[in-house]
Amino acid sequence: MSFDLPLTADDVAEIVAILDKTPYDRLDLRTSRFTLKILRSGDGFTQEISFAQDAPAAAIVAPDETAAVAQGLVIRAPLPGTFYRAPQPGAAAFVEVGSAIEPDTVVAIVETMKLMTSVMAGCSGIVEEIVAENAKMVDADAVLMRVKPA
Amino acid sequence: MIKRLFIANRGEIAWRIIRTAKRLGMTAILGVSEADVESLPARMADEVVLLGAAASSESYLNVEKVVAAAKGARADAVHPGYGFLSENATFGRAVRDAGMIFVGPEIASLEAMGDKLMARKAGIAAGLPVVPGGEAADKAAAKAQAEVTGYPLLIKAVSGGGGRGMKRVDAPAQLDSQIDMAMAEAQAAFGDSRIYLERFIGRGRHVEVQILGDGETAIHLGTRDCSIQRRFQKLVEEAPAFGIPQDRHEAITSAAVKFAAHLKYRGAGTVEFLVDATDFSFYFLEMNARIQVEHPVTEAITGVDLIEQQLLVADGQKLTLEQRFVAFDGHAIEVRINAENYEKDFRPSPGAARVAQWPAGPGIRVDTHIGAGGNVPPYYDSLIGKLIVHGRDRAEAVQKLEAALGVLRIEGIATTAPLHRRIAADPRFVAGGVDTKFLEAFGHG
Repeated sequence: MSFDLPLTADDVAEIVAILDKTPYDRLDLRTSRFTLKILRSGDGFTQEISFAQDAPAAAIVAPDETAAVAQGLVIRAPLPGTFYRAPQPGAAAFVEVGSAIEPDTVVAIVETMKLMTSVMAGCSGIVEEIVAENAKMVDADAVLMRVKPA
Repeated sequence: MIKRLFIANRGEIAWRIIRTAKRLGMTAILGVSEADVESLPARMADEVVLLGAAASSESYLNVEKVVAAAKGARADAVHPGYGFLSENATFGRAVRDAGMIFVGPEIASLEAMGDKLMARKAGIAAGLPVVPGGEAADKAAAKAQAEVTGYPLLIKAVSGGGGRGMKRVDAPAQLDSQIDMAMAEAQAAFGDSRIYLERFIGRGRHVEVQILGDGETAIHLGTRDCSIQRRFQKLVEEAPAFGIPQDRHEAITSAAVKFAAHLKYRGAGTVEFLVDATDFSFYFLEMNARIQVEHPVTEAITGVDLIEQQLLVADGQKLTLEQRFVAFDGHAIEVRINAENYEKDFRPSPGAARVAQWPAGPGIRVDTHIGAGGNVPPYYDSLIGKLIVHGRDRAEAVQKLEAALGVLRIEGIATTAPLHRRIAADPRFVAGGVDTKFLEAFGHG
C-alpha cells in the first residue's frame, strides 16, 4: 500500500490557482518520490516532474566521426533503430556484398518506434561490406555498409 | 476485490493506470524492460518487476515473460493498457489460466475483435453498415480482391490497430510494394502479417463511441472525433464529435450500443465508425476491445474514470452507471505529443528530454511519463504525452488548447508540438468538424 497518492490534474490546477494569486513565479513541491515544479510562463503555467536522485543530465556525446573517415563511401543509418537487411523475416536481403547500387536503391530498413524507414544508398557503386549486424540496434549515423564507388 | 494489480505496459498509459490503482487502494506492480527501469512509471509504481531486454519481443510483447512476472509478483489481476498484448487472446487466456483476472473483455470478444475480418462479420451480423472490402490471404488474392473493391483502397492488418501496417493504394501498380510494407509492419507490430482490403472513402470523419458493458447491459459514454490523422495515426481527438446533426449522432451511439449488446461485451471498448463528412451516413469499421489512447477526452466530458470502470467490471461487478445518469459537460480536445520531428517528415526523435515543462492550470490535464531528464528509448512508440483541455464549449476548449501549447516546452528531443500549434491556429480547425484529409493541406498527409 502506498500513502503517497499521485496528484491529479485537478490538484495541479488548484496549486496553479493558488500560485496565480501570489506574486511568486515558481513553486516546488517535493514528495518522497518526486519533485513537481510549477512555473509561471507568460500568461500561463507549466508543470515539470523530476527525480531527486537523478544525476545531472550527461552531456550528449556526438557520434565518433573518426570512424567514418575510412576509404570509399559509406551508407549510414538515417536514425537510431533496429537494422534489417530484408523486408520481412525469410525474405531475400535487399542487397548483398557485390550488389550494384544507385542512390535511390533501398539497401535496408531501420525500425524505430515501430516505424519502418527505408534506407536509400545515397550513392552509386558496389556494396563492399555490410558492417551492421542484421536485427541489431544501430545508432543514428552509424555506418551500415561500405560502398566501392562506381 | 483486486488488491495487487500488475500493469503489463509502459509509458504514459502505465502511469495513468498506476494513478487509478493507487486511488482505489490497490498495490500497483509494473513490469518493465531494461530500457524502462528508470522511467517515471517505474519510479511511481509500488513494485517493479524486470521483464527482460529492451526489445518488445523480449519484454512487453512476450506472453510467457509477462505472465510469469505477474504470477511471480502475486498479482491477482493484469491490466494490459493499449497496444502490446492488450488485444492478444493468447495472452488473455494465459493470464486467466494462471489464475489471475485479465482486465479486458471475454476471450471470445478479443478473438472476434482482434481479427478485423471477424469484426466485420460480427458488424454485419449485428445489422451495422460496413465499408466494402474483404480478405486478402496472399498477393494473388489481394489483387483479385482489389479488382472487386476498386481503387483507391486501404490495406489493413487483420490483427491491426493504431494505424500500424495500414497503407493507402491509389493504383494497381503500387499494390505489390505496399502489400510488402504493410505485411512487414503488421508482422513487426502485431506478430501477424495477415492483411485485408477496404475501399477508401475520400471525405470521411473518424467517429468512435466509448462503450462500457458488464456482459448483460451496455451503455455509451458519447462520441469522439479522431479525424485529424497522419498516415492513419491519430494526432488530435475531441469529445463529443462536433457538428454532426443530433439524429445522426444518436443513430451512431445507438448502433455502437447495439453492437456491444450483440457481443454481450464486458469492459471498456470503442466502436469505430467512418462517417461521410457530407451526408453523415456512417459505416462500422471495427471495435477496439481495450482502453484507447484518447480515453481522457471522454473522461473530461463525463467525469467517469474509465480505468476504474474497467477494473470494477473485470472484478465481476455489475455496472452501477446507467445510461440516463451519464451527463455530458462541455467539450474536450486531446493532442498527442510524439517524439517526432514534424519538420523532417515526422522522423522519430528518441533521446533525453532535458526540459519537460508541460502546461498546467484549470481545464488542463497532462498524461505523460516524461519529466525533466526523461528518456525516450528508440524501441517503442513515439508518444511522450497527451495534452487534454476541457472547456464549457468547443470555442473555449480551442482557446485553452492554443494557450496551453503556447507554454509547453520540451527540449532535447523534437516533438509534434509545433504542428499542434499550427493546427490549433488553423481556421478550419477553429471552425470544427474537419475530415481525415485535414492534414494533407499541411503538406504532411
